[in-house]
Amino acid sequence: MKLRTLIAAACAGVLGTAGLAEDGKVKVGMITTLSGGGAGLGIDVRDGFLLAAKMAGNDNLEVVVEDDQRKPDIAVQLADKMIQSEKVDVLTGIIWSNLAMAVVPSATARGKFYLSPNAGPSMLAGKGCHPNYFNVAWQNDNLHEAAGGYANDAGFENSFILAPNYPAGQDALTGYKRIYDGDLAGELFTKLGQKDYASEIAQIRASDADSVFFFLPGGMGISFLKQYADSGLELPVVGPAFSFDQGILQAVGEAALGVKNTSQWSKDIDNPANREFVAAFEEAYGRLPSLYASQGYDTANLLLSAMEKADIANAEAFRAALKEADFDSVRGDFEFAANNHPIQDIYVREVIKEGEVYTNKITGVALEDHSNVYVDECDM
Amino acid sequence: MRYRAAPGTGGASTLTTILFIEQVLNGLQFGVMLFVMAAGLTLVFGVMGLINLAHGSLYMVGAFAAAAVAGATGSFVLALGAALAAAAGAGALVELLVIRRLYDREHLDQVLATFALILIFSEGTRWMFGSFPLYLDIPDALSGVVTLPGGIQYSLYRLVIIGIGLGIAGFLFWLISRTRLGIRIRAGESDREMIAALGVDISKLYTLVFALGAALAGLAGALVGAIQSVQVGMGEPVLILAFVVIVIGGIGSIKGAFVGALMVGLTDTLGGLLLPGFFRLFMENAAATSTGSALASMLIYILMAVVLVWRPQGLFGPQT
Repeated sequence: MKLRTLIAAACAGVLGTAGLAEDGKVKVGMITTLSGGGAGLGIDVRDGFLLAAKMAGNDNLEVVVEDDQRKPDIAVQLADKMIQSEKVDVLTGIIWSNLAMAVVPSATARGKFYLSPNAGPSMLAGKGCHPNYFNVAWQNDNLHEAAGGYANDAGFENSFILAPNYPAGQDALTGYKRIYDGDLAGELFTKLGQKDYASEIAQIRASDADSVFFFLPGGMGISFLKQYADSGLELPVVGPAFSFDQGILQAVGEAALGVKNTSQWSKDIDNPANREFVAAFEEAYGRLPSLYASQGYDTANLLLSAMEKADIANAEAFRAALKEADFDSVRGDFEFAANNHPIQDIYVREVIKEGEVYTNKITGVALEDHSNVYVDECDM
Repeated sequence: MRYRAAPGTGGASTLTTILFIEQVLNGLQFGVMLFVMAAGLTLVFGVMGLINLAHGSLYMVGAFAAAAVAGATGSFVLALGAALAAAAGAGALVELLVIRRLYDREHLDQVLATFALILIFSEGTRWMFGSFPLYLDIPDALSGVVTLPGGIQYSLYRLVIIGIGLGIAGFLFWLISRTRLGIRIRAGESDREMIAALGVDISKLYTLVFALGAALAGLAGALVGAIQSVQVGMGEPVLILAFVVIVIGGIGSIKGAFVGALMVGLTDTLGGLLLPGFFRLFMENAAATSTGSALASMLIYILMAVVLVWRPQGLFGPQT
């Protein structure tokens, strides 16, 4: 009798936990760029995300990773496949705003959650916001606004500004001008993917600018900085962190030394979560983490924190749990604004050389508890 | 937290003679590098009738080889040598293994196969060197600016590039018009079957021409890689421009490639400078900037369209 009860109880226990585990499972579909020119960014987001998942050791989290090749049509196909045949609950991973615009609205409309580890187009922050869409990185304008804030603090009065001629580039110049108080010595749109800036640098030289603001992500920024350093111009340069990221700094080399850039994260932010992240990332992958890796890591930890609090089958409770953002962000303080975009400090960093490695060091705060201008347009 | 409208614009930088001459030099530098890139493409098309989309990959191979050797030895001259050798070697290998089977096929098959080569080269390079851009910089001896007559400050390295490009152009003209190899190349362009029938080892000639074109692409990749970024996928944008150049110049013509490359280089550079200023005469600054920039990036394609309407075979293409 006693034995039977015990066995029955044990069975019930096993069944009970098994049943619970089944319910608590969350399947994540990560669509990110793993091949082609922009692969470094996607690889960092993936590695950061998977590192956090591994460190948490939560068996209920299952991740499927696919490569979008930086092509919107492929991203859409992958999203359909993940939703229909893989039956994922959460999508994440997209780096580029144009791909996010192609995938996010239809995924959230089908009741899936989307956690953005990078792209934050204004459309999805304002009129196109959605309760199931959370951005864990920034709204696209944020780092440029911070550069404008830094320009004011540094006393720049006549900036020459340039960015590629595409939506994120136009947003960048708008973001800078929104905060920057001084005049403009010139304003240029370059071609997307342009690698030669001799013409732009000549125009900067011919103007009476006292500073340069640029947004040229990836290889464009490497080219610009090398050519700028070689041109003999010595005006101070400021830009968002995308051109000064850990992944590309080594390729820019000495030309980047001393340049100021704005970022919501840096490897020297002093809090326990960040110290643990930087050490674990270096140990796992043998390189220093980048901005993108930190965003992937935070995205996974946000998701894990919500899984602790709610079952994803109950979408409303899970949404509320995500919104609480009850996790230790590597950036320190982190919370969501009404439109599910971060409210966070944005720092000024300076490029330095540590031993043989080029990296960044925080020199100050550009904007404190910074939100975004699109909150009021978001109606949800 | 302050949000406000855009401040009054500071207007355009005024166009001075010095700025204009500097931009002409920039256009020239861009043009000669395009020529070095396009020369191989036009030779391969002219002699073998092959459309080689993988030409941009050989440009990338040159840049990566240069970055790797410069990183290991610190010598820029060795790096340039490595770029030439690696690209020529990769070109010869690809010709022997893949391209050789494509000469008798249709252009569409060639496009398909050489597109596959782009993917293989890109992922192979990523596999060897990783996904992050590599470091390659201007050697110390060539860095900085020199002051030209008239007070123009110009990058020494870019002047050297112009010199190297013009030197290569001279070398190619000499090669094509004065040497036995050049005679065979010209003969191959006008009648492939006939020179094979005359006892010229046509397959060896093809490998040689392909490797020569590849070496030039690799050299361009290394020279440009020092002022731009060395990363996977760097060759494809240049490839498109190189095709524009050879279409304008006339397919198969070295002289056409030279003239076409300078036209494209100067049009692109001066268009980017002058058009936004032109639109500022009658438009508000921000709108003028974006309209002018958009039109400037279309300008070389407009140039190509105009040339094709006027001379469908290109400026120096064979009469059909």
